[in-house]
Amino acid sequence: MAEEDGVRRRDFINIAAVSAAGVAGVGVVIPLVSQMSASADVLAASSTEVDISAIQPGQAIKAVFRKQPVFVRNLTVKEIEEANKVDISSLRDPQTLAERTKEGKENWLITMGVCTHLGCVPLGAGEGENRGEFGGYFCPCHGSAYDTAARIRKGPAPKNLEVPAYEFTTDTVVKIG
Amino acid sequence: MSFPWANEYTPSHPFMKWMDEKLPLPRLVYNSVGSGYPVPRNLNYFWNFGFLALICLVIQIVTGIVMAMHYAANTAVAFDTIEMTVRDVNWGWLFRYGHANGASAFFVVIYIHIFRGFYYGSYKAPREMVWLLGVVIFLLMMATAFMGYVLPWGQMSFWGAKVITGLFGAIPFVGEPLQQWLLGGFAPDNAALNRFFSLHYLLPFVIVGVVILHIWALHIPGSSNPTGVEVKSESDTVPFYPYYIAKDGWAVGAFAILFAAAVFFFPNALGHPDNYIPANPMSTPAHIVPEWYFWPFYAILRAFTQDFFFIPAKLMGVLAMFGAILVWFFLPWLDKSPVRSGSYRPTYKKFFWFGLIPAMAVLFYCGGAAATEPYVMISQLAALYYFAHFLIILPVVSAIEKPLPLPYSITEAVLGKDEGAELAPAA
Amino acid sequence: MARILSILVGLFFTVALAWSFGKGAYTQITEPPAATAEHEFHLHPKEVHFASDGAFGKFDRQQLQRGFQVYKEVCSACHSLSHVAFRDLAQLGYSEAEVKAIAAGFTVPGTDPNTGEANTRPGTPTDYFPKPFANDIAARAANNNAVPPDLSLMAKARHDGPAYIYSLLTGFTEQPAELLKEFPEAKTPSGLHYNPYFANLNLAMAPPLAADGQVTYGDGTKSTVDQMAKDVSAFLIWTAEPKLEKRKQTGWTVLGFLLFATILGYMSYRNIWAGTKH
Repeated sequence: MAEEDGVRRRDFINIAAVSAAGVAGVGVVIPLVSQMSASADVLAASSTEVDISAIQPGQAIKAVFRKQPVFVRNLTVKEIEEANKVDISSLRDPQTLAERTKEGKENWLITMGVCTHLGCVPLGAGEGENRGEFGGYFCPCHGSAYDTAARIRKGPAPKNLEVPAYEFTTDTVVKIG
Repeated sequence: MSFPWANEYTPSHPFMKWMDEKLPLPRLVYNSVGSGYPVPRNLNYFWNFGFLALICLVIQIVTGIVMAMHYAANTAVAFDTIEMTVRDVNWGWLFRYGHANGASAFFVVIYIHIFRGFYYGSYKAPREMVWLLGVVIFLLMMATAFMGYVLPWGQMSFWGAKVITGLFGAIPFVGEPLQQWLLGGFAPDNAALNRFFSLHYLLPFVIVGVVILHIWALHIPGSSNPTGVEVKSESDTVPFYPYYIAKDGWAVGAFAILFAAAVFFFPNALGHPDNYIPANPMSTPAHIVPEWYFWPFYAILRAFTQDFFFIPAKLMGVLAMFGAILVWFFLPWLDKSPVRSGSYRPTYKKFFWFGLIPAMAVLFYCGGAAATEPYVMISQLAALYYFAHFLIILPVVSAIEKPLPLPYSITEAVLGKDEGAELAPAA
Repeated sequence: MARILSILVGLFFTVALAWSFGKGAYTQITEPPAATAEHEFHLHPKEVHFASDGAFGKFDRQQLQRGFQVYKEVCSACHSLSHVAFRDLAQLGYSEAEVKAIAAGFTVPGTDPNTGEANTRPGTPTDYFPKPFANDIAARAANNNAVPPDLSLMAKARHDGPAYIYSLLTGFTEQPAELLKEFPEAKTPSGLHYNPYFANLNLAMAPPLAADGQVTYGDGTKSTVDQMAKDVSAFLIWTAEPKLEKRKQTGWTVLGFLLFATILGYMSYRNIWAGTKH
């Protein structure tokens, strides 16, 4: 009986030692995985201020947010009307223009310039670019067409162009992020 | 390798049987670091350092791959990318300090491993190939460490690169073009930094390859042991698993404690402050030294201060520095002693403890000191002994000394008597 | 044969070394090297302690803030701090708004968004501390031919760095009379300043902390030269290694676990070898 206890105790020590080595292994994996996530300097640079005073109705600019393009568009009255005319229930990703803009600033459509299909930059922000059959943006990679509220209307993209978090710090300055 | 009593791999699980027929990897592991590898039962703790060296190699490769993820080999930004890694990358400081101190740990372990070999005559037949491959690994380690030290592009990086490539300039006729070829320019710059980075990433994997050969060659005759008497019967050995796995395992723990203490509490103790100053090709630091693990050879390089007949002092120093390591290649043939272990070689043992070890200690110290008197004169005496030890004393002493009587077997050495000894003819 | 060859090679190296040694010893006796002023008058850094010293050291954030103030009001006129960003100052205990205000107080290089021409703008938290000089040539021209070094890593870039910085800042004196008597040619050249803690005794930087009260501390600490030097040294320990606290804390956790695991490993080893003599 006593001997059996001794044997059990010994097995226990060996198992404990191997387990401790296992825990150490897991402990090493944590920094190994964590080092690949965004570093402090990258995270710190993740807000952008944009001066919108020079954007006329009908025009758009490309700003940079998190190393990706952001489209800041000053919608014309016609474009707003077109966007509001659409039957929401017919949309792939149902959203109203009002939901995609700030109250009282419905003419300012601010979206990421990243196609929700596979990440290409859609055309339409630059002067004279193809805005597609719905008059918003058109992604040349796989033919996704967005309307004047940058909602997906045709093509493979699953979602509307993403609206990043932003706020108007003054009437002419937008802080994105 | 096989002693006739080595355990045979017998897979019981059907999958392992299936695997054994297709790709006998488990069998390979079993026979090289498992129960199928009989190891002398009397190994002391000096025999743990081979395993520790392997651990160090793994540490260096893992931390090095991480460092390379954040590093850019361009003289304009190299220094900054390392600082960025330390400051902004998650755990970046741990990988940076781990990699820098890991190099030091690797050399501490490898020096003990090598000097274990000197004392116990591990290089002697039938393990010559193990030894030669080991010296190759050491040379590759030195090249890798040197190029790695250049990458942060601090003051010591730059001047180290300039001075070490300058050694090649000492070679008659081809020296200068050779140096220019090595650097890809007149002085270390982008070309040199990029190729050093490329090679610094490549060489560790070459080392892995040579390490595999080193272990393979070791497994043919099996491990040596402190008595130097070859394994004779089953009672001389224990299987690697679990016996030496357990012993190496706890040794790794002890090593990790010391290593962690260095990384977390003295991370800059072995580094040179000047390497925290960005490289400046216009101004040499007042006191340039290589990393500590090069000090003995650096001391030998600087010990030659006078032209010797028609050979300029600079060339003499370079010849001697490389010669100091290359001489190790010839040890198996310079040591004529019929006995392997230093424990049974009274004269050789004295020269080892009172000659070679103090000489190495002095060379270490002087290599890190300023190139002024009295350090140069002291290092000249130590270097003189170093060459005399390997090239004159060892061949002569090993031929004339009378070794002490050896135990019949490892079993006898451990247990006091070997049952098999009476049956066998006297050794 | 191999042995004869080896002995010949051995003799070649040993005789060459003996020759070098002999010549060196002879020179040493006949022409002993002359003493130099640096050799005799250079001093090791003073003994000084910081809250961040030792295995349990932690930053004294109040002191770091004071040190930052000294850097900002005194050192930053000539010395850059290029590896530190304003956002890092949050680690000294400043709030987000304070960091923003500090950053805005510095002018950093920018680009005019309309013309693309280089201009300047107020700093933001993501900016790094601006350099006081456009490049080394400008720095040299403005500083009597000496380039003020970047301070971010100064505490690690000198032997005994923090104590060295403190000693240098508080070590400016008149050149000792004995020095001039012994080495008349080592008189401090005009434009340089004598400081026994500097490697070659004379440096281009004039004493930057000249008088008590040069900086007015917000926390009421008396700003003696000694206090300011200590504070700015503490600040530079932080700039050289912002992760110092995390490193030491992690170290204790790791060491504790390793000790536990190693003891288990040792017991397991004893266990497995029990009954096997070796």
